[in-house]
Amino acid sequence: MGLIRAMRGDTGGQVMLAVLAVVTVLVPVLNLMVPEGHPWHLSSYTVTLLGKYLTYALLAVAVDLVWGYLGILSLGHGAFFALGGYAMGMYLMRQIGERGVYGHPELPDFMVFLNWKELPWFWHGFDMFWFAALMVVLVPGLLAFVFGYLAFRSRVTGVYLSIITQALTFALMLAFFRNEMGFGGNNGLTDFKDILGFDLKSNATRAGLFVASAIALALGYLACRYIVASRLGRVAVAIRDAEPRTRFIGYRVERVKLFIFTFSAMLAGIAGALYVPQVGIINPGEFSPLNSIELVIWVAVGGRATLYGAVVGAILVNYGKTYFTGVMPEAWLFALGGLFVLVTLFLPRGIAGLLALIRRRRAPAGEGAQ
Amino acid sequence: MPVSTDPRDWGRRGFAALLLIGGLCSAPMLAVAEEAIPPGEPVVEATLPDPIEAPISEMEGTPSESDTLEAVAPAPAKDLASIAARLADRSFSVKEAAVAEVARSGDPRAAALLKALLAGDLQQRREDERLVLVTPAGPDWRLTDALTDEPLGEAAARDLKKITLNNRMRSALRSAIAGLTLNHPDAEVRLRAVQEMTGVSDDDVVAGLRARLAEEGDGGVRAALELALAIVDLADADATVRATAVDALAGRLEPEVRNRLAPLAAGDSDPEVRAAAADALQGIATRLKTYAAMETLFFGLSLGSVLVLAAIGLAITFGVMGVINMAHGELIMLGAYTTYLVQLAMPNAIEFSLLVAIPAAFLVSGSVGVLIERSVIRYLYGRPLETLLATFGISLILQQLVRTTISAQNVVVENPSWMSGSLVINPALSLTYNRLYVLIFALAVFAALLLILKRTALGLQVRAVSQNRAMARAMGVRSARVDALTFGLGSGIAGVAGVALSQLTNVGPNMGQAYIIDSFMVVVFGGVGNLWGTLVAGLTLGVANKLMEPWAGAVLAKILVLVFIIMFIQKRPRGLFPQRGRAADA
Repeated sequence: MGLIRAMRGDTGGQVMLAVLAVVTVLVPVLNLMVPEGHPWHLSSYTVTLLGKYLTYALLAVAVDLVWGYLGILSLGHGAFFALGGYAMGMYLMRQIGERGVYGHPELPDFMVFLNWKELPWFWHGFDMFWFAALMVVLVPGLLAFVFGYLAFRSRVTGVYLSIITQALTFALMLAFFRNEMGFGGNNGLTDFKDILGFDLKSNATRAGLFVASAIALALGYLACRYIVASRLGRVAVAIRDAEPRTRFIGYRVERVKLFIFTFSAMLAGIAGALYVPQVGIINPGEFSPLNSIELVIWVAVGGRATLYGAVVGAILVNYGKTYFTGVMPEAWLFALGGLFVLVTLFLPRGIAGLLALIRRRRAPAGEGAQ
Repeated sequence: MPVSTDPRDWGRRGFAALLLIGGLCSAPMLAVAEEAIPPGEPVVEATLPDPIEAPISEMEGTPSESDTLEAVAPAPAKDLASIAARLADRSFSVKEAAVAEVARSGDPRAAALLKALLAGDLQQRREDERLVLVTPAGPDWRLTDALTDEPLGEAAARDLKKITLNNRMRSALRSAIAGLTLNHPDAEVRLRAVQEMTGVSDDDVVAGLRARLAEEGDGGVRAALELALAIVDLADADATVRATAVDALAGRLEPEVRNRLAPLAAGDSDPEVRAAAADALQGIATRLKTYAAMETLFFGLSLGSVLVLAAIGLAITFGVMGVINMAHGELIMLGAYTTYLVQLAMPNAIEFSLLVAIPAAFLVSGSVGVLIERSVIRYLYGRPLETLLATFGISLILQQLVRTTISAQNVVVENPSWMSGSLVINPALSLTYNRLYVLIFALAVFAALLLILKRTALGLQVRAVSQNRAMARAMGVRSARVDALTFGLGSGIAGVAGVALSQLTNVGPNMGQAYIIDSFMVVVFGGVGNLWGTLVAGLTLGVANKLMEPWAGAVLAKILVLVFIIMFIQKRPRGLFPQRGRAADA
C-alpha cells in the first residue's frame, strides 16, 4: 500500500517501469525464441549490452537518491559499485576451481602466479553464493557507513564532501592496483566460467542476467521511490534545502543522511555485482575518479531528484558512449565534456525538467507535475 | 664511445704497463713488448676481435699473424706521425708497441689519439693509408686528419679501414691513457685519473701514485691520492701502517672505503686495528644515515614543491574565489605543452627556452582561464556543485583537444643543460639541479603571488570582492572584471607550474588528472583561502610522503597520505590554518 501511494503522482516512473517490464519480457524472447538471421532476432551481444545499461541505470538511481534528494554530490559512488563488483568477482573466481590455467583447485590463477601458498583470509567464504551476495551489500554498506558516520558527524558538507569522496575512490584505486592486496592487481579478476552452475557464455545465462538486472532495477527504483515518498524522504529534502534549519527544528540530520547514504551505497554494490558477470571482468580501473564523476552526469542529463530521470540519463549517455566510441572514438570526450557544460548551463533540471516544462506549456491552466 | 672510467675494467697487467709506459719507471721498451704477449698464452682467444667493433671480414687471418713475436723491436723515432702510422699495422704486437711509443712520445696530442683509437673513431683511409678521425654524418662519415686536424671531407664506410683491437690492446690503451692523464697539467684530468685508480693495489700503480703525491700541488688531487694510498695501506703487513690508514679513512664516505674496512673490522689479525676499523665503520654509517635523512628531506621538499606549484593556482581560484575548477590540472598541462611548443619553435636555443616558456605559459593558460570564466563559470557563481561538473567537462574537452591536435602520446620536453646534472655535496649526498631549481622556483612563484595579493591594486580588489562582494561593488570595484582577472591569475600560475613540471615528469594529455586530486588535498589541508596554509600543507605532505616511502612503498605511502587527509578533514574541516573573522562566513 505504501508502494502504491509512493508511485502515485510519479507519472515518469510509471511509464519507465512499464517500458522496463515490456523490455524485460521482449528482449529474452527476441534473443532466445526468434531464430538467428531473422530480422527480429536480438544478438546476445545486444542483450549483454542492454543488461550492462540496466546496471548503470541502477547505479544512477542510487546516485540520484543521495544527490537529488539529500544534496550530497558523491564523487565516489563508483567505489561502491566496484566493491560490489569485486565481491561478485571473487565468487566467480572461486567457481573457476580447477579449470584455471594453472589448475589449482583452490587458488585463483593470479595467486598461483604470485607464488602464494594459501588463500588470504578475506577470500574465505566466497565459494558460497549466499556469502558473496551478502558481501555485495555489506562491504559497500559498511564503507559508506563508516565514511558517512565520520563525515556527517563532523558536518563536512558540499564541495568538501565531494572532494573527499573523490579522494576515497582514488585511494581505493591505488590500493587495488597493488598486487599485494590480493585482488589481482592491475589485471583484476577475469576469465570467469559460470555462475550458480550456469555457463556464463551461454545465451540463456546472459538473458537470465539481463532479466535479473531488470528486476533489480525495478525493485531498486521502487525502494528509492518508497523512501522518497515517505516522511524520511521529506526530511531528506528538507536537509537538502536547508540543513541548519532542519537541525534546529530537531531532526537528527546525521542519522537521516547516514541511512540514505549507506542504503545508496548498497544499491550501488548490487549494481556492480550484476555488472561483473555480464562484462566478464572487474579491475581497479572501475575505481577511477573519472568513472564516478561520469555517472553524476548521467543523473544530471536525466534530471536530478526525479529518479526515473536517472534511469533515462544513464541509458541515453551510455548509448551515446557506445555509439561514439564505435563510430568516431576521438569525438566521445568532446561530446561528454560538452554534455557536462551544456547540461549544467542550459538544462539544470535535465531531460525530466524539459519534459515537465513542455507539459506545463501545453496545459497552461493546470499546475505542472512539480 | 667514451673511455671506460670503471676501475674494474683495469687489469693488473694494464696498470703495470701504464706505469712503465708513462715514464714513471725506466724499464726498457723490450720489456713492454714481452709483457704484452707472453709466449705461453693462448693467442687465439686473446686476439679475437670484438665482434661489435670489427666486421667479420677483418677477423679473418688476424690470429695467425699476431702470433709472431718478432718485428717488435722499437724504432727510436720521436716523431708522432711516424709512430702513429704503425698503429694501423695488421699485427697486434706492432700496434701494441706503437701504442706504448705514442704514450712515451710526450706529444700533447697523444692522449686524444689513444682515446680515439680505443673508441674506434681512429680509422685508416684505404686510398692513401692516412689515419683519420671519423664522426658520423648521416650514412657516411666525416673525416679529419688524426694528427693535423685538417678536414678531409666525407667518405663512405667502405672507403675506410677500421683498426682492430683485442682485449689486451684495449687494456694497454686504457693504461696508457690513464698514465698520460696522471701527469696531465690540468688538475681536473689528474683527479679523474686518480679516482680511476683508487682501489687498485698493484705495486707499480701504488709506486706511481706515491711518486705523484710527492710532487702534487693541487689540494683536491692530493686528497684523492691520499685516499687511494690509504686504501692500499689497509692491506699492509705492518699493523701500525694499517692502523694509520684506518684513521685516515675514518669519516670518508666513498663506498670503496666501506668495502675495504668491512673485512678489516670482521677479521684483522691485530685486535686494535679490528676495533679501529669497526669504530671507523660505525662513524661512517652514522654520517651516511644523516646524509640519507637529508636526502629524504630534499626529495620530500622537492615533491612538496611540486605539490605547492600545482596547488597554488588552485589556492587562488578555489581558496579566494570559491570556484571549484576541475580543469585546473588541464591548465597545468597546457603550460607544459606550451613549453614543448616553445622548444619546437626555437630548437637551437633550448638553453633559453624555459625563460621564454614561463611568460608564454602564463599567457596561454591565463587567457584560457579568462575564457573559461567569461563563458561558463560566471553563470554558475553560487552553485559550486554545478561549477564542479561544468569545469570537469571543460577538462575533458581540453584533454581531447591536445590529443587530437598534438598527439595522444607523451611528448618529449628537453631539459636545458643547466637543469641536468646534480650538485655533488659529498659522495653520499648529491642534489639534482632540476629538483633544486623547481624548489626555488616554487618558492619564487609563491612569493610573487603573495606580493600581488598584498601589495597591488588588483590584489586589494581581489580580497575585497572575496570578502564582501556587495560592499566592494558599492565602493566602485568592478567585480566582474576582478573575477575574470583573478581566475586568469590562478590559471596563469597553473600554466607556469606546468613549465616546471615539464622538467620533472612526463608531459602527456593525462598529466593534469594526476595533479587535480593532490592539488585539492593540499588546498583543503592547508585551509581554504590561505596561501601560507597551501605552502605549509604542500611541503608537509611532500615530506610525509617521502618519509613513509621507504617502509611503506610509494603507492601505499600515497594512500596513507590520502587517508590521513580524509581523516584530518573530519577533525578540522577548515584545514590547518582556518580563516577567521568575517571572511570565514562568506
